[in-house]
Amino acid sequence: MYFKMSLRRAAPLAAAFLCLLAVCPAHAQMELTGSWAARNHEFLTGDGLPVDFTGIPLNEEGRIRALSYSQSQLEMIERQCQGWPAFYLVQGPFGLKIWSDTDPLKGNVISYTIGAWEDRAPMTIWMDGRPHPSPNALHTRSGFTTGKWEGNTLVAYTTHMKAGFLRKTGAPNSDEATMTTRFYRHDDILTILAVVEDPIYLAEPWISSRSFQLSATPLPPSGPPCVTAYEGSVGPTAPHYLPEKNPFVDEMTTKYGVPRDAAIGKPETLYPEYRKATQPAK
Amino acid sequence: MRIVVIATMLVSAVLPAVGQNPPATGKSAAPVDLTGYWVAYITKDWRFRMVTPRKGDYQAVPMTEQARKVADSWDPAADEAAGNQCKAYGAGAIMRAPARFHITWQDDNTLKVESDAGMQTRLFHFNSTAKPAGERTWQGNSTAQWQAGSLKVVTNNVRAGYLRKNGIPYSENAVVTEYFDVAPLPEGGQVLLVTTVVDDPQYLRLPFMVSSDFKKEADGSKWDPTPCTSR
Repeated sequence: MYFKMSLRRAAPLAAAFLCLLAVCPAHAQMELTGSWAARNHEFLTGDGLPVDFTGIPLNEEGRIRALSYSQSQLEMIERQCQGWPAFYLVQGPFGLKIWSDTDPLKGNVISYTIGAWEDRAPMTIWMDGRPHPSPNALHTRSGFTTGKWEGNTLVAYTTHMKAGFLRKTGAPNSDEATMTTRFYRHDDILTILAVVEDPIYLAEPWISSRSFQLSATPLPPSGPPCVTAYEGSVGPTAPHYLPEKNPFVDEMTTKYGVPRDAAIGKPETLYPEYRKATQPAK
Repeated sequence: MRIVVIATMLVSAVLPAVGQNPPATGKSAAPVDLTGYWVAYITKDWRFRMVTPRKGDYQAVPMTEQARKVADSWDPAADEAAGNQCKAYGAGAIMRAPARFHITWQDDNTLKVESDAGMQTRLFHFNSTAKPAGERTWQGNSTAQWQAGSLKVVTNNVRAGYLRKNGIPYSENAVVTEYFDVAPLPEGGQVLLVTTVVDDPQYLRLPFMVSSDFKKEADGSKWDPTPCTSR
């Protein structure tokens, strides 16, 4: 009996020694909470010109939908505060405030929350193992997100987003879109890798990433409120362009020398060989 | 007492084995496999990377006034005449190039990264005391270490180069810090994520921070070496 008890007590000791000797890996996690300042050194939002879908692998349906979009829709009272989907984490210009909620008894993290901004809803990443709701459940701006640690990386999976836009210029996402997000912390830098899948509007998964820097200055957990205002009559219908009638389709070509196929988001334009194909022959 | 005896026996059993292990090399300690062919997936900064931006188009780069003056005098013909066509392919910018990259272990402590565009070779040294700085090169001297499951690379001793092809400069005193991570794609395949920070007080008001995404390719069938171009 005494020997059995000793073994039982000795086992954790042995395990601890083995771990100390690096025979087994540590169960590693990173601290993600805090204020993460945006470093907007990449041109992400694409809201400089109306038809800029560069870098988004739209399928034909997505392209038609994107080219029908007019940013004048945002003059409509009911659309002014519609906000942007969860992809806006890696597309928008704002920093992130992240905090966690912990179980008061066990001390484990139940969820992480990424605070809202004026046109971005807060995102809660549930860490407690709860399942995603029924496909027929309510879809929201930020969707429903669960997360788990894989080594030092937080991996989150988002479903139940409303149909919206991948980019402010009107590149669409359907309400069937999902997003896998990975949070990497390196020293005082947080890099978020997002992979968006959308069977309706994307020809292939869209991969994007963005880095933030830890800030000693606290960011607010929410941005200023969105306040609607009358911006003049937009007429009886939602502003839009009929097929092949978008007047801005060649603006990136004339202003920046970007070929039309790239401006309208053809998937093959995302690979290096496209640059070679468009280079003038020597 | 028995607990102490058992623990001592366990430690005694393990310690000699640990002692006999050769020191870990960069290769043997690798927590992730970065080797293979990777293609740049240009989902950001498309108009700065896939076409050569026009002179004066410096959006989003935190340039100093001195950097702006240098960039305003960008002259690709002069770069060609001086043999400086590779200024936009140096360590500060090569991972932003529309290119394929081939990553291999040159030896147990040196990771080699080759690009087809510009035909550049970077060497990441895990034993940083291996050699003195030497002459400045486009790719400089890179020291590497595994850090929390990622590869961290710090590069200095570079030749002055361009952050973008239209002449946005970084100086020879720039320090480039990079983090390499690998992630699976939901439906198969892998993504290489490279976070790059260029620190250059002479030409940058803030460290220039970008991240670049790459997809893994099965083989080198699309590998297409092409020399540097300045336009």
